[in-house]
Amino acid sequence: MTTETTTTSEARSARKLFGGGNLRQFGILFSLIAIILLFQYLTNGLTLSSGNLINLVSQYSYILILAIGMVIVIIAGHIDLSVGSVAAFVGIVVATSMKDWNLPWPLAILFGLFVGMLIGAWQGWWVAFVGVPAFIVTLAGMLIFRGGNQLIGNANTVPVPPGFTTIGSGYLPEVGPYTGYNNLTLLLGLIIVIAVIWREIRARRVQRIMGSTPSPLWASVVKVVLLNAVVVYASFLFAGGRTGTSFPVSGIILGVLVLVYSFVTRNTIFGRHVYAVGGNKLAAELSGVKSRRINFLVMMNMSILAALAGMIFVARSVASGPQDGLSWELDAIAAVFIGGAAVSGGIGTVTGSIIGGLVMAVLNNGLQLLGVGSDRVQIIKGLVLLLAVGVDVWNKKQGRPSILGFMTRNRKTTPAPDEAPMVVPDSGTPDTARPPASMPS
Amino acid sequence: MSTQHVMNDEPVRADGPVILEMRSITKEFPGVKALSDVSLTVKAGEIHAICGENGAGKSTLMKVLSGVYPYGTYDGDIVYQGRTVHFRDIRSSEEAGIAIIHQELALIPELSITENIFLGNEPTRWGAIDWITAKKTALELLARVGLREDPDTLIKNIGVGKQQLVEIAKALSKSVKLLILDEPTAALNEADSQHLLDLIRGLKGKGITSIMISHKLNEIEQVADSITIIRDGKTIETLDAVRDGVNEDRIIRGMVGRSLESRFPDHVPRIGEVFFEVRDWNVQHPQVTERMVVKNSSLTVRRGEIVGIAGLMGAGRTELAMSIFGRSYGTFLSGRMFKDGKEIELRNVAEAIDHGLAYVSEDRKALGLNLLDDVKRLIVSAKLSKISAGPVVNDGKEYSIAEGYRTSLRIKTPTVDSGVSKLSGGNQQKVVLAKWMFTDPDLLILDEPTRGIDVGAKYEIYGIIQNLAAQGKGVILISSELPELLGLADRIYTVFEGAITDCIPAAEADPETLMKSMTSARKKVRS
Repeated sequence: MTTETTTTSEARSARKLFGGGNLRQFGILFSLIAIILLFQYLTNGLTLSSGNLINLVSQYSYILILAIGMVIVIIAGHIDLSVGSVAAFVGIVVATSMKDWNLPWPLAILFGLFVGMLIGAWQGWWVAFVGVPAFIVTLAGMLIFRGGNQLIGNANTVPVPPGFTTIGSGYLPEVGPYTGYNNLTLLLGLIIVIAVIWREIRARRVQRIMGSTPSPLWASVVKVVLLNAVVVYASFLFAGGRTGTSFPVSGIILGVLVLVYSFVTRNTIFGRHVYAVGGNKLAAELSGVKSRRINFLVMMNMSILAALAGMIFVARSVASGPQDGLSWELDAIAAVFIGGAAVSGGIGTVTGSIIGGLVMAVLNNGLQLLGVGSDRVQIIKGLVLLLAVGVDVWNKKQGRPSILGFMTRNRKTTPAPDEAPMVVPDSGTPDTARPPASMPS
Repeated sequence: MSTQHVMNDEPVRADGPVILEMRSITKEFPGVKALSDVSLTVKAGEIHAICGENGAGKSTLMKVLSGVYPYGTYDGDIVYQGRTVHFRDIRSSEEAGIAIIHQELALIPELSITENIFLGNEPTRWGAIDWITAKKTALELLARVGLREDPDTLIKNIGVGKQQLVEIAKALSKSVKLLILDEPTAALNEADSQHLLDLIRGLKGKGITSIMISHKLNEIEQVADSITIIRDGKTIETLDAVRDGVNEDRIIRGMVGRSLESRFPDHVPRIGEVFFEVRDWNVQHPQVTERMVVKNSSLTVRRGEIVGIAGLMGAGRTELAMSIFGRSYGTFLSGRMFKDGKEIELRNVAEAIDHGLAYVSEDRKALGLNLLDDVKRLIVSAKLSKISAGPVVNDGKEYSIAEGYRTSLRIKTPTVDSGVSKLSGGNQQKVVLAKWMFTDPDLLILDEPTRGIDVGAKYEIYGIIQNLAAQGKGVILISSELPELLGLADRIYTVFEGAITDCIPAAEADPETLMKSMTSARKKVRS
């Protein structure tokens, strides 16, 4: 039949590991690896050096955090152009609150998130309850909050205290015996390694319980070994940097958010409803989904994440300024679309968007290492965005999946229920074969 | 490429030469044979009506004729004005003088009458649009169709009846010889309809042949010279209005006259007491406030009963059903609803679902399914709380529940992880049924549950419906196919122009009585 349905279970579970069932996304992952290897070669190994990698994470974490919120907005069928301005606005509010009101920095962070929530509620109200398209609401927000930033800061920069800077430029501290590496980073790597193994074991167990044929053992082993090799390699890179540097705190925040939001979009009622509203709003409403509530929450969530991204950026640059967050919205939107989301809504994943964002980040970083000017970097980024989405559109027209889909075609599938004798359900099907939930005895 | 057709192949009637002959047209869609060996002969200068139930193949036949389905996608010949023609698209049929006016008007609301008339066909001078000529011609055309409006008026500012006239003016601007009208009066009121029918008769006097598809049999009786009846994608007969003495009863007999054989699974109804009731239900059109889509309608449903609702397209069946289902259509005006002896009020869909109502939409793709989603996620989508711990959906339960329905309803899909868009219409419909069965409803409202589904899957879905009734659930079955209603329902309500006109026990119902109550406003409600 179709290629989507004939992919083997190991390909499916492999894809799931990277964010669930989207061939396009898997293709993007390969592109990311290819780009990394290309720059690793062109920069004579500079790309995958400790210093560069650490820099890459702390430099792009806030864009990736925006991409998480943005993909949810785009799945729901909207767009948010205001994130850069909201980030800048919250940044200056938080910086001012610490400087003028002497608010302790942990409280200031909470305050910043609260301001983000208020802004989100404002924009969400216009989108969900008044019915103004999100494009317009957030275009207005882009102006309003950019102006607000300059109004509060008098178009000047406002410095932030040292404690606050941890979230933007802090690293995992040095603890324990001297090993030549950052011990906590190595520990983090070890935790991830164990998590990957545990996850695979659990996936196999679930498959067995559900009665579907688990993928062959060798496939699981190869997958776990490959992934963990990458994790171990990365851990030593991050842990082996200049003393005092290690895995950035902002990277940890990002990682936690990716895990949480992947789970929210995939496994919660709210996540399901977001996809339902974006995929077919009328059908969703006729299934009892309160689409206005969903739209409100989606827009509000985006502004909260924008607030967080703004604070991380301010912490990293040790001051809040009037030019913060310029054109961040475009980077975040590009990441989401490279990561396989659909402009019309209903399609997209958090993991895909992160990979899309990393493609842009590595590209940016690699070109800078090569000394390419920012003029040409922009041209190349634009072309990459066009190419990535163009290839996808073209593939869809050809009815063809990505390279991986091609490689895994024509193998065994789960058999379909027999076509043969057509039996009246009430006489032909034993009650045990029915879902118990639908049987009122 | 076109060969001269010798006219005396067919017995030409005395009253006019043949302008159009469609011979043995067969058109197949994946899994469905929409037209099988249909023939149609239209004489020059007549009004030829095509009658048939919804889904009989009338519109498909007209789409073949007008080039919407181009030459090569159907079998058979079209002989037009003595020549075999091969239309590649609508444009090539228009060039030959055939114009089709669809049920959904193809006018652009934000443009003026003139702009719409000449859209795609603009008179130009030196490469720029010649608005002076355009407006002059538009005025002449408007005079011909009897529409006194400024040609600069925007389409959105004139009523549907006048829009219909603009469509005809547009067709006339292309020097039409054969005008096809698909349900031209469906959305019009009495006066506008009459005007339109007079206009069609006037055009006939000027030598323009019309083919008219209509459900309104009184109109056909009034204007048609010949009537071709199509049923199940086949030509049943062509009647001559004068010679055959056509009247409504005669047409109805042709439209429904099929044996009911064993198209339905056997079942013995076990009907309990009344558990659901709607009283004096009134609903307004969501935009046009002076239009009532449901008028003073009352109905009851007993446990284990399949209640049919019969009505022509646009009669208000779907509007009634959707307004009952959590006011999901129109503006609710008044009416009371009772379930299990208690009065209930359902203000939104979520409340309707909580009270055990389910609604399977007639428009599976636009309203029933998120086509981007996969089978398992769709099946649980209307009651996620049932498989969730707090906000978290239990994947494992979802999978096993979906597997359960896949087996019990025989949903043909490679896995429950597959995208629903890859499934056939029948299997998509089973997914929709599974989705609503999963919500544990007491009352299922099924709106055209077998539309666009092949015969085999229909039989299975009939079985599912009967099985649901046998479990003591109430079923409201809305269908355009009378045999379906007669074969399944225990009691049938007929709807005409938003009002319930009759309630007929299955034992006393036959197609003729139903069709009469569906096409006339007489109020004779039995309980």
